Amino acid sequence: MSVIEQIQKLKLLLAGLLITLPLSLQAGDVNLPQVPKAKANATEEHGCVTSVKDMRKNHMEYLLHQRDDTIRRGVRTKQYSLAECVECHVTEDTSGEVANFGEDKHFCSSCHNYVAVSIDCFQCHNDKPQGDGTMSSRDMPASHHNMAFNKHSETGATLDNQNSESGK
Amino acid sequence: MSNTNTTDISRRKFLGSAAAATGLTIIPGVMLYEVAQAKPDDMAVTSEVRWGMLIDTRKCSEGCDDCVTACNTENGLTGHDRPETDVQWIRKLKLTDKQTGHVTSLPLMCQHCENPPCVDVCPTGASMKREDGIVLVDRHICIGCRYCMMACPYKARSFAHEVVTDQKVHAPRGKGTVESCTMCVHRVDRDGIPACVEACTKEDHNAMLFGDLNDSNSEISKRLAEFGGKQIRADLGLNTGVRYQGI
Amino acid sequence: MKKATFMEIEGRSAGYLALLGFLGIFILAALGATYYMEHNGHYVTGMSNQIVWGMPHVFAVFLIVAASGALNIASISSVFHKTAYKPLAPLSGLLALALLIGGLMILVLDLGRPDRLIVAMTQYNFKSIFAWNMILYNGFFVIVGIYIWTMMQRSMNQYSKYAGFAAFIWRLALTTGTGSIFGFLVARQAYDAAIMAPMFVVMSFAFGMAFFILVLLASYNWTERPLGDAIFNRLKNLLGIFVAGTLYFVIAYHLTNLYAAEHAGVESFILMDGGIYTQMFWIGQILIGSLIPLALVFHPGWSKSRSLVGLASAMVIIGGLATMYVVIIGGQAYPLVMFPGQEVSSSFFDGVVNSYTPSLPEVVLGLGGLATALIVVALAIKILHFLPVSLADEVVDPHANAK
Repeated sequence: MSVIEQIQKLKLLLAGLLITLPLSLQAGDVNLPQVPKAKANATEEHGCVTSVKDMRKNHMEYLLHQRDDTIRRGVRTKQYSLAECVECHVTEDTSGEVANFGEDKHFCSSCHNYVAVSIDCFQCHNDKPQGDGTMSSRDMPASHHNMAFNKHSETGATLDNQNSESGK
Repeated sequence: MSNTNTTDISRRKFLGSAAAATGLTIIPGVMLYEVAQAKPDDMAVTSEVRWGMLIDTRKCSEGCDDCVTACNTENGLTGHDRPETDVQWIRKLKLTDKQTGHVTSLPLMCQHCENPPCVDVCPTGASMKREDGIVLVDRHICIGCRYCMMACPYKARSFAHEVVTDQKVHAPRGKGTVESCTMCVHRVDRDGIPACVEACTKEDHNAMLFGDLNDSNSEISKRLAEFGGKQIRADLGLNTGVRYQGI
Repeated sequence: MKKATFMEIEGRSAGYLALLGFLGIFILAALGATYYMEHNGHYVTGMSNQIVWGMPHVFAVFLIVAASGALNIASISSVFHKTAYKPLAPLSGLLALALLIGGLMILVLDLGRPDRLIVAMTQYNFKSIFAWNMILYNGFFVIVGIYIWTMMQRSMNQYSKYAGFAAFIWRLALTTGTGSIFGFLVARQAYDAAIMAPMFVVMSFAFGMAFFILVLLASYNWTERPLGDAIFNRLKNLLGIFVAGTLYFVIAYHLTNLYAAEHAGVESFILMDGGIYTQMFWIGQILIGSLIPLALVFHPGWSKSRSLVGLASAMVIIGGLATMYVVIIGGQAYPLVMFPGQEVSSSFFDGVVNSYTPSLPEVVLGLGGLATALIVVALAIKILHFLPVSLADEVVDPHANAK
């Protein structure tokens, strides 16, 4: 899969370069992205599934890897699941509306619009949290969820301890 | 490599116990659904299992489309009132014997072949078969050429002719790619059974049975061993995962 | 034999510019049609879950098949050492590339996800004949490109026969691959036949030759360069032989199918009661595409008229499109046979003849591909010296005067 990953990167890079070219001429007019806050308690240092810094840089890698693992091998861990990202990060605004992908208020679009990197995830995937999908936690023993959650999380110990009983 | 082996062994152990559990129940599918969390989410599927279905057409009544409705609901398949381009993952067929006039009713969907022609012809490898025998379209790399639809002997695949919105979280689908029955892989991976089988069983029709063809103790294998089951277009040698009785 | 002199066409006449403009309109229309189809989704076309390949594929497969056939002239000179054809070889290679560009353009623009062309170019499933075809098409560009280079650059001339040989083998493989796209489809009654591959190869000879004759006639008439009978009569005779060869394969294919009870249904559909497909077969493929052109090119009187030979070539092209329509659409219109001896019905058009009405955007896309092929030729002969200044008899055939 490394080829497609590289191609994907190249595509993104090229698309980014091409599309941002006209933007850069008037860069002063563009506001920095206003990224909506996530529902769960992600903090600046431990982030959500990994550190914020890591996610900003590598989220596409994780998603790409997860995508192949899930559809081809039936691996259904939640840590890097796109549905989980949407579930937690795509939030209602003050008037109770959930933004569509493409609008600046949508979590993914907020940055992707800013850097003008187009993604086609949401041509097939739902861009809004459903809450009732089979991915929701009621179908999942808490242990798996949190083990995955804590694998890369530095402050995970407490969570792990809390749930270690319910798992087995 | 050693890691994989341990995985396989534990998997086999589980399958043994699950099979034992199913053997004792009257409605095996439902029981299997309730065996809690057998495949850990981080474990890949293996070829130890081959998922299949057995359809008893004698129990399938002509006017009934519970399986179709269940599939559409489960996977969020909504039409646009354009029958020629709307997708159908499962459909009901009515067969009338030209000689005898005998009428048979059956559901037809992706037959999850062991040697699927759709997988052979797909130029990018988007059309693929998982280790456990479930045939899927990886729509991340599907280019929408529709060659698989030309190649499928069962007309099991549909092309998404229109923009899709408000998809089910577990069944992403979108315009310009090919799709078909996934055997409700999102349920199967969590030890559930396909929505169509569940609906058929729930309404007490019991015309559809889901299970592991590789496990000789599974209900489906036992029934196949005892009563047999036919493949549609067996002449093609595809070794389908879906078998029929009464045709 | 005199060394043939090649020269670019002037390409400043009002006629030439009008031609470019005319073709350009078709290409723009095709791009518009593509945007319309891709924006709305394929439901706006005549294609459906029953007829999954439609008019774009008729045009695309036809052009791709014709492309490999257009290379024939060059092969005859380089591989079979017929020096009379040598001056025509560069044009032959150019036309082959141009037709392939046109055909592939249609194919790509009809994809459900044309934006993922990069995936098709980087991810290969080597069991797929379609993937092999992509390699064959890309390789064709490279090999024929090199071949043209060896012919057009004097210092490279010594290698042209090797390049020509490679191109010849490659083009046979390419058309075999194209025919096998259908030949390998076990599911459908009309396909699943090994004869598809060689039948497509012979068809390619005929379609490619027809294109070549028309392009040659047009470019020599419009630029007022001399085109002698010696070379022209050879070309027209070849066209006749290739059309006859195609007819032979078509007869063999249908006779074989008629013999097997299993295929009786699909045969009677195509040959007798298939409505539009039966008409397309008998009137389009057989009458317009084969019998009339044969009469025109072999009749002692008619065959002396360039216009009639040109007409015969145009009819071979129209017949070729009809052939593809019968093969591609007709083959899908006939329902899948899953339950022999049973009448089948469902909500998904099982057991019925599938209907198909070509939509305007599909046809426009197809014509745009054809226009693209022609505009490539028109531009290339203006920029590079593809065309011999003269194809008069004394230039082409050293023995013409001696006789």
